[in-house]
Amino acid sequence: MIRAVTDRLSRLGRFLWSAWAGLAGLCLLAALWQLGHEAYGSFILPAPLETLQAASALIREGEAQALLWLTSLRAALGFALAAVIGTVAGVIAGYSPAILRLSRPVLTVVIGVPPIAWIVLAIIWFGASMMTVALTIVISGTPVVFMGAVEGVTTRDRGLDAMAEVFGAGPIRRFTHIASRQIAAHLLPALVLALGSAFKVAVMAELLSNAGGVGGALARARSMLDISGAMAWVLLAVAVLIVAEYAVLRPIQAELERWREAARPWGVKH
Amino acid sequence: MQGVSHSYFGRKVLDGIGFSIGEGEVVSLVGPSGSGKSTIAHIAAGLITPRSGRITRGYRHHAMVFQEPRLMPWATVAGNIAFPLKMAHVPRETRVSRVLAAALAAGLMPEDLDKYPVELSGGMRQRSAIARALVTEPDFLYFDEPFTALDVALKRRMQDLVIAAAAAARFSALFITHDLMEAIRISHRILVLDPMGQGITGERIIAGDPATRSEPSVFAQREAFLGEDPLFAHIHDLDERLRP
Repeated sequence: MIRAVTDRLSRLGRFLWSAWAGLAGLCLLAALWQLGHEAYGSFILPAPLETLQAASALIREGEAQALLWLTSLRAALGFALAAVIGTVAGVIAGYSPAILRLSRPVLTVVIGVPPIAWIVLAIIWFGASMMTVALTIVISGTPVVFMGAVEGVTTRDRGLDAMAEVFGAGPIRRFTHIASRQIAAHLLPALVLALGSAFKVAVMAELLSNAGGVGGALARARSMLDISGAMAWVLLAVAVLIVAEYAVLRPIQAELERWREAARPWGVKH
Repeated sequence: MQGVSHSYFGRKVLDGIGFSIGEGEVVSLVGPSGSGKSTIAHIAAGLITPRSGRITRGYRHHAMVFQEPRLMPWATVAGNIAFPLKMAHVPRETRVSRVLAAALAAGLMPEDLDKYPVELSGGMRQRSAIARALVTEPDFLYFDEPFTALDVALKRRMQDLVIAAAAAARFSALFITHDLMEAIRISHRILVLDPMGQGITGERIIAGDPATRSEPSVFAQREAFLGEDPLFAHIHDLDERLRP
């Protein structure tokens, strides 16, 4: 019990320590940004510091929090739907070759249609509402999750299935004890990808459908030529995505992949 | 367990296979590579449904040691060994002591139990697989060429482990192998499979108990089988192009 806690604490410590490298990368980006600012001036590209100040001002005003919350909620709703639909359909298709063969061309068509077309259709069907944003996210995110689940089912180690069968596991327990872990290994990277696209599509759908949220604020900043405001909104949206990814999905992934950690030379326990 | 006889697949891989294994008896099934030995074990264990034939299983429950360890990479050694107990609905409290007992019987150390399979050597992984097979105290064990991938010294130690476990737990076993020496060391009786899978061509009973058998006698027996016994004439025939 104590070991389980210390193991996780040391993992968290290593992760936080590795954040320095990430921070260094971000600083490099900010330096390039500053260079661009000095070459083109504040109107085209506001300075990073200026943008940060604008972002913190937006947050202090209070209105930004509500808008960020609204967009996050929409993205989360769309993402949750995409995750559930994609996982269930993907697992079924993975186990049934016939369904997989039928769904491949459908998937190609769905992926082929640009998200912007779906936004237009959704606006016609649902108007400027939560549903428009959620539907667009579901359509753009589901195929990614679906393919992850299919990959997980089809590439699973069948030797382990036979092993479980020898020890008396029926089809259901073979799925819950053996297959689900292998599916999760493929599913989680797909979910990370889908979460990222959920936020991007949410902002885009809001902007185009005039449904408020961060996208709506971006549209207003554009019409008022408020460049530093627009940049500040982008910054805030990215920050929320990073928080969502590293607070929710990454810890789950780290927990499931503990054994991979053990295989690394510095993770070997004696 | 009495009377197993099958043909299997559209192309007849196995035909007219029949044998029985008595209580507490360890029987080896030998034959050249690709003759369908593993398939027979998988059919007998119920993993493959035969095209025809009848299997009567007189034992209460079985376990199997596969050619590869087949451990779950995401679970610790303890978790892997406990898996059959979990499947048999053994309460959590009693699992720990039984896992430890099986691990010790298979030559693992208590400190190995918290490791993941990726941290173990090939021999240790196979030991974990043997511990997993022993943990439910099965009265019948299938061994599907379990030590083929191990080096000679390790192989001998694993064989000793199986001999000791069989003597202690009195289980019956079907031991699939292509190594005649291994078959002679480990078993009471040897069945020889036809090179094309067309029935069991014969059987030889090895004198004495595996636990008390001496090395020179095992070696002499092997020489006798290979040199003089026509039954073993084709045991090392191998033409992998003839069979897929």
